[in-house]
Amino acid sequence: MGMTMTQKILADHAGMDSVSAGEFVNCKLDLVLGNDVTSPMAISEFNKMGVKGVFDKDKIAIVPDHFTPNKDIKAAEQCKIVRDFAGEQEITNYFEVGEMGIEHALLPEKGLVVSGDVVIGADSHTCTYGALGAFSTGVGSTDLAAAMATGMVWFKVPSAIKFVLKGKPVKPVTGKDIILHIIGMIGVDGALYRSMEFTGDGIASLSIDDRFTMANMAIEAGAKNGIFPVDDVVLDYVKEHSSKAPNVYEADADAEYDRVIEVDLAEVPLTVAYPHLPDNTRPVSEAGGVSIDQVVIGSCTNGHITDLRQAAEVFKNRKIKKGIRAIIIPATQKIYLQAMHEGLFDIFVGAGCIVSTPTCGPCLGGHMGILAAGERAVATTNRNFVGRMGHPESEVYLASPYVAAASAVTGFITSPEDLD
Amino acid sequence: MKTNGKVYKYGNHVDTDVIIPARFLNTSDPGELASHCMEDIDKEYIKTVEKGDVIVGGENFGCGSSREHAPIAIKVSGAGCVIAKSFARIFFRNSINIGLPILECSEAVDGLEAGDKVEVDFSTGEIKNLTKNTVYKAQPFPDFLQRIIQADGLINYAKATREGK
Repeated sequence: MGMTMTQKILADHAGMDSVSAGEFVNCKLDLVLGNDVTSPMAISEFNKMGVKGVFDKDKIAIVPDHFTPNKDIKAAEQCKIVRDFAGEQEITNYFEVGEMGIEHALLPEKGLVVSGDVVIGADSHTCTYGALGAFSTGVGSTDLAAAMATGMVWFKVPSAIKFVLKGKPVKPVTGKDIILHIIGMIGVDGALYRSMEFTGDGIASLSIDDRFTMANMAIEAGAKNGIFPVDDVVLDYVKEHSSKAPNVYEADADAEYDRVIEVDLAEVPLTVAYPHLPDNTRPVSEAGGVSIDQVVIGSCTNGHITDLRQAAEVFKNRKIKKGIRAIIIPATQKIYLQAMHEGLFDIFVGAGCIVSTPTCGPCLGGHMGILAAGERAVATTNRNFVGRMGHPESEVYLASPYVAAASAVTGFITSPEDLD
Repeated sequence: MKTNGKVYKYGNHVDTDVIIPARFLNTSDPGELASHCMEDIDKEYIKTVEKGDVIVGGENFGCGSSREHAPIAIKVSGAGCVIAKSFARIFFRNSINIGLPILECSEAVDGLEAGDKVEVDFSTGEIKNLTKNTVYKAQPFPDFLQRIIQADGLINYAKATREGK
């Protein structure tokens, strides 16, 4: 029986000719990732192991992005533990405030992940690098510790759901709407333990940023990973950003899938996920009359330059509704500067938004825009569980940058097509 | 490996944000984390939980973040095990890695109610509802996963294995 794209990558990294779903394999890792929230625990477990040093100081990336710039004294102490460890172990890819960005936007930009890599990260959105045709998945701090020591990790080989994307989305529908639509269809555990393998002629109409957004949210359907084929869009990106050679894997024609789901991209509507699950979706056209207090445009899901340009398209020559807080967070320093030089900051600030340094901040209820009881936000982030962005009695509605920006202008969940 | 206590019953998709909200993630201290366990879904949990009690959830327990702080908060709060219809994969892995016993058993989830007294034998997978006098059977984990949990987590297990124990 043929293998899926994911299975092929795992087989190669386990030194096996072939693997099948359900099998346990031990894989060599190309990159291991931790952040300021997950690394301290990993460091403490690592130290308990009594090994001399990390397996390869060039294959570990540590990115303090969740509660940085240091949110409070406790966060500062966590960051110090991480910084000191990175220094002691001479970790090549430790990114201090000033160099860092949101980890899942930063690593591809820095060329640290390329097609065909196997990457684990102590962060659930590590699945983002599937956009580049890599196998990447989230793990906890103990797995991070073991991986830093050994450079290996065990996996149970996943089966896959194949998504056949057809046609082109109709502007202003974006990758965010497509993935929210898909999660709404299959549910937050619809892809539990499986790979989400995206295929079809529709892929050609998706930018690399669309694909980062979609792969990023594979975890929100319970998936082990989300993965895209390696086409010229991906190869161009990898060539531009990395000196590492990509490895291109393709699913076998006779690979078997648990489900095959066709998605006509032209039929996907602007989509919003209501509280308190990412699968609680409906078309924006059915989201009338929901008044909001805050908008967040950013995160590992939608903090890329394309996302900021889309928001700027909406904000240009407009003002946000008085009283709305609109917080825009470019995901990396490079994106920050690019947006600035393109004049997007003038548009954002001119419209009444604020622009923040890269940070995960409000996405997980950390800092830089927390909600009080009874407040509502439209956010381009990835989760809207109870208390996700602050008080347990606050609400988060997930949407695309176009929709988030339009909502900031009116003060209600709004489609950009409904603005004058 | 057994546990004995009362049931705390929750629904589907109990996520990591309600198990341990992010506002408490600026610490790795297990005791501190435990003191906020389940805070955003059940404020009474931490006030009433006793050692050996059992948390029962529906589908997709532990969905959301990879934060290992979640199973740690549950374990250190005193809960003896979590029984659910299905677990989110990162939470599943993390629980084994830190030595929190977990079992998948739809039957038990349907039959157990909040407050029921229950006894769970992790090695056989037997779940006895002492209040209702019923027994449910879960598939026990393979030997090596049980040994990791018995050793109190992956790191301890790895050390013991290296030392030839």
